[in-house]
Amino acid sequence: MATMNMIQAINSAMDVMLERDRGTVVFGEDVGYFGGVFRCTAGLQKKYGKERVFDAPIAEGGILATAIGMGVYGLRPVVEIQFADYIYPAFDQLVSEAARLRYRSGGEFWAPITVRSPCGGGIFGGQTHSQSPEAVFTHVCGLKTVIPSNPVDAKGLLIAAIEDDDPVVFFEPKRIYNGPFEGYHDRPLVPWSKHPLGEVPDGYYRIELGKAAIVREGAAVTVLAYGTMVHVAQAGAAEAGVDAEIIDLRTLVPLDIDCIVASVKKTGRCVIVHEATKTSGFGAELMAQVQELCFAHLEAPIVRVTGWDTPYPHAFEWEYFPGPDRVKRALLKVMEG
Amino acid sequence: MSQTSALRLHVPEPKARPGEATDFSGLVIPAAGVLKRPPIDEPDHSMRDYAFGMIRVLDEAGAAVGEWDPKLTPEMLKAGLRYMLTTRTYDERMMRVQRQGKTSFYMKCTGEEAVAVAQAMALDRGDMLFPSYRQQGLLIAREHSLVDMMCQVYNNTKDRLKGRQLPVMYSSKDSGFFSISGNLGTQFPQAVGWAMASAIKGDTRIAASWVGDGTTAEADFHYALTFATVYQAPVVLNVVNNQWAISTFQGFAGGEQTTFAARAIGYGLPGLRVDGNDFLAVYAATKWAADRARNNLGPTLIELYTYRAAPHSTSDDPSAYRPDDEFKRWPLGDPIERLKQHMERIGIWSEAEHTALLAQVDDDVRAAQKEAEGYGTLGVKPASAASMFEDVYKDVPQHLIRQRQELGV
Repeated sequence: MATMNMIQAINSAMDVMLERDRGTVVFGEDVGYFGGVFRCTAGLQKKYGKERVFDAPIAEGGILATAIGMGVYGLRPVVEIQFADYIYPAFDQLVSEAARLRYRSGGEFWAPITVRSPCGGGIFGGQTHSQSPEAVFTHVCGLKTVIPSNPVDAKGLLIAAIEDDDPVVFFEPKRIYNGPFEGYHDRPLVPWSKHPLGEVPDGYYRIELGKAAIVREGAAVTVLAYGTMVHVAQAGAAEAGVDAEIIDLRTLVPLDIDCIVASVKKTGRCVIVHEATKTSGFGAELMAQVQELCFAHLEAPIVRVTGWDTPYPHAFEWEYFPGPDRVKRALLKVMEG
Repeated sequence: MSQTSALRLHVPEPKARPGEATDFSGLVIPAAGVLKRPPIDEPDHSMRDYAFGMIRVLDEAGAAVGEWDPKLTPEMLKAGLRYMLTTRTYDERMMRVQRQGKTSFYMKCTGEEAVAVAQAMALDRGDMLFPSYRQQGLLIAREHSLVDMMCQVYNNTKDRLKGRQLPVMYSSKDSGFFSISGNLGTQFPQAVGWAMASAIKGDTRIAASWVGDGTTAEADFHYALTFATVYQAPVVLNVVNNQWAISTFQGFAGGEQTTFAARAIGYGLPGLRVDGNDFLAVYAATKWAADRARNNLGPTLIELYTYRAAPHSTSDDPSAYRPDDEFKRWPLGDPIERLKQHMERIGIWSEAEHTALLAQVDDDVRAAQKEAEGYGTLGVKPASAASMFEDVYKDVPQHLIRQRQELGV
């Protein structure tokens, strides 16, 4: 065991896979010599050589395309898109190519690539360094979408993603790289070293994709969250004084629907929390599935707490960010119903 | 200089529209044999003339002239002719079956047969091909089963792609032929990635890819050339300039101002402009580029100057936008006729042998068609509908199992 923040845990996952599998290669903008703008690949080029860990041109579409070609050859590319906001030039290569290659070739070709990308706001990044575009990718069949909420999960899920033979989009909520941010921007951040999930196992381990985690058991209401919002939801539940069962989805596709359904059938109430915009956000999908599968058990309408349907405004970051107070109000509302 | 008139937008216009006679007098066709063949380690900056000239080996009389003559054996020439004739015959037959309603769609490569056939022959069998949709000659020159190709076109019970792809979007791992995408240009940077992987692993195989003139406008073209030059990837990147992207002539991809081979100069790559209807020139240029890549000397961009004699697809009617007789008047002729003329000239071929070969190719294609149609044509189900839920992921996830059950299969 070692104390790690999420950056170190993510670095450790790539380190483990570069060591275990000669086919693993890591590349992206600034990830080679420098080690990445968030330092997630620090030291890896020195350890594994510049043919396996290297810098890429500023061309996200080219990064994805070459990763697909490498995957077809038989390598396991792990690419970094520096910010999730920059992923759109690579959209065609991800959606039309990586996601469909196995299908369209009758199973003869596939691209086992992992696309890592920091997402989410709360760092004063403005509208081009704060987005949470996960629902854009969950809509695409053939892709898997993963969002970890802590160092232990980040390492185990990233190893599972790299080993997966399907393309995986791995979003890293950058606001919790250094500590479990609960949404109180005016309080000092508690580092991961003070949190039990900052104690990360050494070496190789996997957390299977498609398995949610119940981070707090409760009887009154089910809260569905992922990434940064797992911590915000816990703070909001504490403020509301409600006995919430908080589920960290960890993987959006494939979704652990059985875990969700079992919990909602038990509590009869559901609140969904995500930082992304509301309309057609992943919360809409969750809401639909809970309604389809748990309607007779619901005692109140499902409530969503999300980012507003606006770009992420730089000066109004904390009015935009769905903080613990909004979660608290949603919980109280759903308990009244 | 001060402004003297109102600004105006230039919208390119081809040389002729239906009913008009194309004036090819402005098209500069350098004589065969003029360009020297540089060593494969020639620096790109001393090769800029090759992007504006044209590598040509066969002269008007069918003689092979100049340093680029690849000096192929009679067996190679005969094989090349057979593959080109097979490709043309296959195309004509598939076009006909589409008209008969046995398949939904087809795309011919008539007039461009030398491109894919000569290039496949110049590359090694282990090299990986990332084609666009008009390089069926690659599969034919790699002696891929015609029956297998037809089964894909028919989406029948032997379609290895399980009825998932539009006809002609072939894919064959065994033949080193990457799955064709309908999204243009995506394969160009993917080929560069494959080549980078081959270099990372210390392999000896190289990659090759093809796009049309129109697709050079896509960002993927720029990605491919950038990554290829940055990492000196062992790849041969080909632009098949067949003059037409559906109804828009090559001027809409910037072909009025400069050549497509000249795009290479800005990236620091050699750019070769080649007579795409000259089998020997296409073979020689491709071999040069492949040798260069195989010797860690980096990538090459090749522009294959040719003409799309066929409609874009069976859904297209070129008489609506270009003169009907343009191909007949095309200054670079027909690639099959030109190779035949050369073989007759050097005394290894005769009209009688040609007639016999045509008959044999026709028999082969008919026999393949008969067999393929025995496995069904459009409308027959290639497999159980349950198969459509497979291969979305490596393992079928729970939500797809539930959707399959909902369909009742």
